Amino acid sequence: MNPTPTSPKWHTLVATVENKPGVLARVAGLFSRRGFNIHSLAVAPTDDEKFSRITFTVDIEGTPLDQVVKQLDKLINVVDISELNPADSVERELMLITVEIGESRKELMEIVDDYRAYVLSDGDDRVMLSWSARPSRLDELEERLRPFGIVELQRTGRVALPSLDD
Amino acid sequence: MTSPNPNNGGEALVKALEYEGVDVMFGLPGGAILPVYDPIRDSSIRHVLVRHEQGAGHMAEGYAHATGKPGVCMVTSGPAATNVVTPLADAMLDSVPMVCITGQVPLAAIGTDAFQECDTTGITMAVTKHNFLVTSAQDIPRIIHEAFHIATTGRPGPVLVDIPKDIVDPVNPRSAMTWYEPDSVPMELPGYHPVMEGDPALIEEAAALIAQAERPVLYVGGGVLKARAAEPLLKLAELLQIPVVTTLMARGAFPDRHELCLGMPGMHGNYTAVTAMQKSDLLISLGARFDDRVTGKLDGFAPTAKIIHVDIDPAELGKVRQYNVGIQGDCKLVIEGLIEATEKLGASAQADRSDWRSTVSGWQEKFPLVYEQSAPGDKLKPQFVMEQLRDGNPHDTILCSGVGQHQMHASQFWKFDHPYTWINSGGLGTMGFSIPAAIGAKAGMPDRRVWAVDGDGNFQMTAQELVTATVEDIPIKVALFNNSYLGMVRQWQEMFYDERFSEVHLSDHVPDYVKWAESMGAVGIRVESPEEVAPAIAKANEIDDRSVVVEFVTDARENVFPMVPAGATNSEVVVDPSQQPLLDQERGS
Repeated sequence: MNPTPTSPKWHTLVATVENKPGVLARVAGLFSRRGFNIHSLAVAPTDDEKFSRITFTVDIEGTPLDQVVKQLDKLINVVDISELNPADSVERELMLITVEIGESRKELMEIVDDYRAYVLSDGDDRVMLSWSARPSRLDELEERLRPFGIVELQRTGRVALPSLDD
Repeated sequence: MTSPNPNNGGEALVKALEYEGVDVMFGLPGGAILPVYDPIRDSSIRHVLVRHEQGAGHMAEGYAHATGKPGVCMVTSGPAATNVVTPLADAMLDSVPMVCITGQVPLAAIGTDAFQECDTTGITMAVTKHNFLVTSAQDIPRIIHEAFHIATTGRPGPVLVDIPKDIVDPVNPRSAMTWYEPDSVPMELPGYHPVMEGDPALIEEAAALIAQAERPVLYVGGGVLKARAAEPLLKLAELLQIPVVTTLMARGAFPDRHELCLGMPGMHGNYTAVTAMQKSDLLISLGARFDDRVTGKLDGFAPTAKIIHVDIDPAELGKVRQYNVGIQGDCKLVIEGLIEATEKLGASAQADRSDWRSTVSGWQEKFPLVYEQSAPGDKLKPQFVMEQLRDGNPHDTILCSGVGQHQMHASQFWKFDHPYTWINSGGLGTMGFSIPAAIGAKAGMPDRRVWAVDGDGNFQMTAQELVTATVEDIPIKVALFNNSYLGMVRQWQEMFYDERFSEVHLSDHVPDYVKWAESMGAVGIRVESPEEVAPAIAKANEIDDRSVVVEFVTDARENVFPMVPAGATNSEVVVDPSQQPLLDQERGS
């Protein structure tokens, strides 16, 4: 549905923010006022519950992005913000997907095994799967499952950390 | 005095404001903020009761501009909060330190569409440096301290504190708290660390670049005033013998009567200031932000200039124009660093700038600000009135302005020789700014003479605050330039819309400004002929016990020149029609 961004306009930003009401709205507001879309967003508290880590992907040219990053950094509740280069980081995303089984349960289960996805719930005519992987791999699985009929799908948006090998 | 040991949020709020050194605040009470207005009665803080909340906001701004201290306003929830949105946005764009307290419906009622409820922090998020929704009475002293800290440090700006009624209402148990001194607890601002000191290596790099420059210009913005850096700026300019332009927000940061001062650049800047920047090989930008009204069409702005950009806000560096040396830091500290680095290089390191100086003074001689005097029977020329106003007042007079032609004429024709004598709405361009801003300035500087210059369109937006001035005994003087038009819009329609005037004519007959002034407790004087101008100004200056409105009936056909047409580069600046042949000759040569 949403092919994984590969063009140079796509960027992954990681921010450490105060874990307080309204912080997400402040962050989002700096994108919306410029007419920029946030493609994906993942937020959760860090190991220190006073802070949350936000990972978001955006499709913005480099120059306006620099300006947005500087403005984000100025937000009082933003402690730290940086761009993650996909080449130097590890990215993962989780997908829950419910698909129709249709005529060919066997064929479907072969795909599940192929990708080592988990069956979370198995009905007579539908199955709910869970899989976490690189976002591009999720796209791949999504496309493989599409012919069966996707009933519902939720992706978490990517999370990322810098890689250790340098 | 408020209780030495408040035990509820309302008293604690007032006490915390006293702790921050607030001496005057501007506001208007209402339902949600009522409990705070009770302890105000016992406070050392003077509260000025406004007639409209927008007035409270602009007064707080005027106070802050004039005194350098944060302006404070307090209003209730809902419509009162939305009425301060304009001053907040104004303060945001002009980096004015300001703290705004808004009442809010009780915590339990938030989000229920309660009477006079609005999402104040949501609405003001984009027009404040930061805002707070306080949810516990115990947090009030700390958050007030944080609000003042954020408003006054780094790049100054407006901070709003939204306070639900139940946490300040002593009859409500939720208002219970134990007092502590606001600065006795650590601030909880882990993401806020303004950088003051410029990087010494970059300062040395900048000094070296300056030394090589043959056609440098000091491009001075409002940040120099915010940093209280007028004194070191004067020293730096004299040390280097570099001409100075002061933007609309920086008028007075460098004395207009100084031989190095070129005055205001930009869309309505004078020819020399605009052209010196265009021809420069190095712009030394100090606390300025390359605003579109300064640069004109960006592609053609100062095409041969390298850029040194100094700003306390890192997001300004490179935002509009790429720099050669960008220094994040407080203008005062960086200018002092530049002086030191320049002295270390020695006088012999500096390039010869005598040709540049004589070129610049040649432009000044050829293209001074001019206008044609009125013919007998014509209405007054606004430029003439502005000159008379300038000559009829001491140099330290504080001049506040609205937005439009009168603002540009004031900036052009007044001579600003002292910092903090010019107060206007530069970034947002808020009509109606001048009268409340002047009242705020006068409240902060009661011993100084304060004049508001205003247009008739502006005056009709906020004139009711003259009632506040009368009742609160804060007398100001208003020079009302009445040309019966929204003059600046009229000018654009004349120049760029083939004189198709659309919805710019106000009225030749109403209101009667003299009667209106009198009804508000002010003295009203109407002036229609040139010989009456100076005597009317003198008369206004003799009246100190009430406000005075001097209505000057001016010529609507008079436009502001020079002008860089929108979308044109600054090299295409249009001068007064009488100078145009000389300019064409200059351009041809």
